[in-house]
Amino acid sequence: MKSAVLVFPGINRERDMARALTLVAGRAPTIVWHADSKLPTGTDLVVIPGGFSYGDYLRCGAIAARAPIMDAVRAFATEGGLVLAVCNGFQIACEAGLLPGVLMRNAQLRFICRDVYLRVERSDTPFTRGYNAGQVIRVPVAHGEGNYIADGETIARLEGEGRVVFRYSSPDGIVDPNWNHNGAMNAIAGIINERGNVLGMMPHPENHVEALMGCTDGRGLFAGLLDHFKRAA
Amino acid sequence: MRARVTVTLKSGILDPQGKAIEGALKSLGVSGVASVRQGKVFDIEIEAADRAGAEAVLKGAAEKLLANTVIENYRIELTR
Repeated sequence: MKSAVLVFPGINRERDMARALTLVAGRAPTIVWHADSKLPTGTDLVVIPGGFSYGDYLRCGAIAARAPIMDAVRAFATEGGLVLAVCNGFQIACEAGLLPGVLMRNAQLRFICRDVYLRVERSDTPFTRGYNAGQVIRVPVAHGEGNYIADGETIARLEGEGRVVFRYSSPDGIVDPNWNHNGAMNAIAGIINERGNVLGMMPHPENHVEALMGCTDGRGLFAGLLDHFKRAA
Repeated sequence: MRARVTVTLKSGILDPQGKAIEGALKSLGVSGVASVRQGKVFDIEIEAADRAGAEAVLKGAAEKLLANTVIENYRIELTR
């Protein structure tokens, strides 16, 4: 699995992402600078990591979404290439038009940095095949703007087409406002695009991949991707 | 030419920051505030031959970057 991790000024989770990819896939990703206009030849997976691109100026992810490399990412996604967008990456993907909707300020206006529980809604995507549908995983979040919002028609489409893949839940998988820490519509934590090759999610699976971190629940996402490419090969 | 682009949230979009400001005004004892919505103002100096040209440039700027039209509306005013 040949991956490329994008870096914009202000991104700070690229090393966590590179470590997780190297650990699980056994191959270090290429780090790609925002001003480049091409992805490395033969890239299988593009990762837009978390951080605070351009200091969250204007709107989170708005300026990064217009960087030269994003034209290449859009073309890559149009051809069916897999894109994983985490946290600020999710915000960038929405601003870039790769995914619908917007991440707004958390409903209670606080930056939230702690572990949350996610219910995996389906296991038949390249990103979630390492999990079982209905499984609950524990993954950290660290964001001030993670409150997913879209118009009623978009939400109905996402739900109708099964494109909500992660939802904030209780440890036993109950979706309840008390466990929806940022107020996201329908407790949405992660969605895929229509074609199913772009995943955006607010939580950080890359931060729960080895015993030292106290939890390895995030590992399944990377292991699943690796398995997807092994089967395709 | 000088212009002002005002970006505001569409009605129906939850505005937690506006709500917090509204709450703060109430706790300060400012009476008569029914509701607050927060927005952004961009003052832009623009080089264009005429108003129509300037408006076209500003419309492009607003659509491409200044506003996220999924959740925001924008208004362009040319001041001189």
